[in-house]
Amino acid sequence: MREIITKIDEITGNIATLKATGVGLGELALLQSPGRETLGQVISLNGENVTVQVFGGTKGISTNDKVRFLGHPMMVKYGNALLGRIFNGSGVPIDGGPEPVEEEIPIGGPSFNPANRVIPKQMIRTNIPMIDVFNSLVVSQKLPIFSIPGEPYNQLLARVGMQAEADIIVLGGMGLKFDDYTFFKRTFEESGVMNRVIMFIHLASDPVVECLLVPDMALAVAERFAESGKRVLVLLTDMTNFSDSLKEISISMEQIPSNRGYPGDLYSQLAARYEKAVDIEGSGDITILAVTTMPGDDVTHPIPDNTGYITEGQFYLRHGVIDPFGSLSRLKQNVVSKATRRDHNDVMNTMIRLYSDCRESRNKIAMGFKVSKWDETLLAYGQDFERELMDLNVNMPIEVALDRCWAILARHFEPVQTGLKDELVKEFWPAQ
Amino acid sequence: MGMGRVVAAYGNMVTVAFEGSVRQNEVAYILAADGSRLKSEVIRVRGDRCNVQVFEDTRDIRVGDQVEFTGDLLVVELGPGLLTQIYDGLQNPLPKLSQATGLFLKRGVYIDPLDREARWDFTPTAKVGAWVEAGDILGWVPEGKFQHQIFVPFNFIGRAEIVKMAEKGFYTVTDTVAEVKGEDGKLHQLTMMQVWPIKIPLKLYQERLLPDQPLVTGCRVIDSFFPVAKGGTACIPGPFGSGKTVLQQQISRYAEVDIIIVAACGERAGEVVETLREFPHLEDPYTGGTLMDRTIIICNTSSMPVAAREASIYTAITLGEYYRQMGLHVLILADSTSRWAQALREMSGRLEEIPGEEAFPAYLQSRIAEFYERAGFVKLKGGGNGSVSVIGTVSPAGGNFEEPVTQGTLAVVGAFLGLTWARSNARRFPAIDPLISWSKYPEQMKESLAKVDPHWVEIIRAAQKFIHQGSEIKKRMDVVGEEGTSIGDFLIYLKAEFLDSVYLQQNAFDAVDAYNTMERQAYTFRMVEKILKKDIAAKDKDDARDIFFRLTALFKNWNASAWQSDEFKRFESQINDFLRG
Repeated sequence: MREIITKIDEITGNIATLKATGVGLGELALLQSPGRETLGQVISLNGENVTVQVFGGTKGISTNDKVRFLGHPMMVKYGNALLGRIFNGSGVPIDGGPEPVEEEIPIGGPSFNPANRVIPKQMIRTNIPMIDVFNSLVVSQKLPIFSIPGEPYNQLLARVGMQAEADIIVLGGMGLKFDDYTFFKRTFEESGVMNRVIMFIHLASDPVVECLLVPDMALAVAERFAESGKRVLVLLTDMTNFSDSLKEISISMEQIPSNRGYPGDLYSQLAARYEKAVDIEGSGDITILAVTTMPGDDVTHPIPDNTGYITEGQFYLRHGVIDPFGSLSRLKQNVVSKATRRDHNDVMNTMIRLYSDCRESRNKIAMGFKVSKWDETLLAYGQDFERELMDLNVNMPIEVALDRCWAILARHFEPVQTGLKDELVKEFWPAQ
Repeated sequence: MGMGRVVAAYGNMVTVAFEGSVRQNEVAYILAADGSRLKSEVIRVRGDRCNVQVFEDTRDIRVGDQVEFTGDLLVVELGPGLLTQIYDGLQNPLPKLSQATGLFLKRGVYIDPLDREARWDFTPTAKVGAWVEAGDILGWVPEGKFQHQIFVPFNFIGRAEIVKMAEKGFYTVTDTVAEVKGEDGKLHQLTMMQVWPIKIPLKLYQERLLPDQPLVTGCRVIDSFFPVAKGGTACIPGPFGSGKTVLQQQISRYAEVDIIIVAACGERAGEVVETLREFPHLEDPYTGGTLMDRTIIICNTSSMPVAAREASIYTAITLGEYYRQMGLHVLILADSTSRWAQALREMSGRLEEIPGEEAFPAYLQSRIAEFYERAGFVKLKGGGNGSVSVIGTVSPAGGNFEEPVTQGTLAVVGAFLGLTWARSNARRFPAIDPLISWSKYPEQMKESLAKVDPHWVEIIRAAQKFIHQGSEIKKRMDVVGEEGTSIGDFLIYLKAEFLDSVYLQQNAFDAVDAYNTMERQAYTFRMVEKILKKDIAAKDKDDARDIFFRLTALFKNWNASAWQSDEFKRFESQINDFLRG
């Protein structure tokens, strides 16, 4: 048993400093106040002064509280008993169930050796046409959903969770409103997928430091499942809260902020999490879908900006739909018309090109210019496109969605107007 | 060897109390409680304490942990066997690390960068009795298609007489190939392998020359409009999604140099994977071997330790300088220097230095300059030339080129290839914006460019003017509409658009169009120029637009046809028909 320290020298923000020896960086500490226990992590050492980041916050902590160092870093439980369970940011069950009896694994482990990576070639079906057809989600991809607060991003995330082809879904909630938490829980329960879901939930009212642990715990668990051959989908919401927590901690550590108050290592911090997405050759894989709400709908804000440099594309959620222009899946070329039907690539490009023409026609109308016959065709096409494919409630497998694309095209255009290759038209153009 | 003990630790910065002396930038090992030895570098000395940056995860470092000082600066191993390797920022071979530690990287595991078992076919060229000094050539071994020269170590002090030379035959990098006697009478055993500190430029050449030969990348907008010289430098800043990576990959495939060193510095691991999985199967357009045969990959991706990221670009350029010493032309692709600058920023913050703009350290600009100045076209002591060219990408926050890294880089490079969202959103790839990009090399390279076309520099400059004129007209047209634009101006606008879409834009995914030799570029450009100069007889604006629609389609097909194939000639004659008509 390690010695118990009963004197805390300094308490600021979520950080406490005390004197101790033989303590390692990253080691866990247990702080015991009368009637309350919380964990903390060593973040800096200076001589015998040890600085501890207190997960549960320092509210009410007394200078004579008991502190004990545990001799190991932050751990998380891992095993099949976690399936269907809900934990908080410290890894404690909050669903009323018992503490699962499982192996404990460290969080924030080392990076995957790049030499062991493979080029991903499989698609993850979500049955959402705007994803499957136009910006396919590829195994081991890391994609953010850029959105302004108020858009139905959590609904979208939940739907992907329910419908995606994955063995295990790990949901990491950061700064989640209670309503959203309940929504996720109920949605997963009602759709019958809860038995393959693991949730790590940090609620908006929970201490801010716990928020930082959520992605690490979610990803550590995901990594182990992937190693054991499982296809894991990690859903994170909202990474902006995570970044704001980083900002809060770094400022209370008196670090010099770099851009709008965010720490200089924001990029590295985000990358360390997103880069956990991986396709392990001959085994499982991890795919990450993460919500990033853009403060003020500003994509140049440090959080979406740094995220964009890390992730492999992005989905833009705007006015309740996935915007086909701003959205991009960098890996879709690996699967489109390779893992999917051969008409996929051409249909995708043609549909988008025509829809973009339709937008131009709309601008023309807005500016008061004369409308031609061709403009009218485009407008009617655009309307059908939005109603039958873009609407977030549309739910169909990619083959059906591709057929629907052909049907919409045939409804409004002659084959030659679409510029599609003759051989594809011959095979796929619906007979009148 | 000096010893010390850890007295403080925060992030990847550790403060050590030492006995005796330490050198600035020397390598130290921290002996962690779990038995691992963590490589680190001294970055500041104050009294009997020094700060070291640790190249590994610092978890579980404790106050009181022992520290060993090696007395050596951070070095790379130089010798045969570097080509085709995939190293991390500290020159650990990643594929071998994976055999040793499995799927994940493990801290404190270091593997010899050069294979100690491989045997190389050594041919001696130096003779017993000859006097040699640092950088003189002892012999060579074949490495792929190159004659890999074996040098007297670059850090060898003074002159020495060769007393014994190895016979022609197979040796490992640690076998003695020559024995020399120094002026002080001391004997030295020389091997095929040596080390060199990465932060010190290797300058054992006779003199640095003005870069005056073009480095052909196969990308039309670069080679014709904003060329890079062999031994020159260029930077590619661009916001995310503007196509930096595709452009870099294009250059790494098609650039007309002997050796490519890709420094993946703090970027996505997935991107390096494409290079390292595909290059072994792609044909080198110049030699017929695979692309991997001429490539070294330094891979310190975004989730790997930050301090090693800082070292990685120095590792890359040192390897480049080594091959330059053999009379080869080397291109370093550093992606991205912003991540490297961020590594500097993180460390500077931990050192509590007074920050400059956006919290970058005040010495950012001089560090960037030091790095790019290591590029150069040189005349070697033994005659012949070699070069190291650097093309670095920059990832400016929010796509704003005013930020410190972009500005610091622009001050020292010879060419600026600016990527913009405006062009990438309009799907105009490569998204190098001709309105903001520049290159200082055309003047310098005038003589060599004259071989392409006697008036090359002038005709290109005229074309650039066209682009600017077209853009001015476009801006006016956005306000007054097509109706308010004269047919003359409208034609200039269409011609500028035509130049843009058939020459500046290039399809990186088309097998033929992806790469153009300089010969083909000049050939195509002369044809484009004829169109620009031609009086187009158009009835009205719609007619003019139609004419250029057809011309553009014709040229695009021409671009996509193999050089001098039947198809190529067919499209060419159609273009000629138009010009005559």
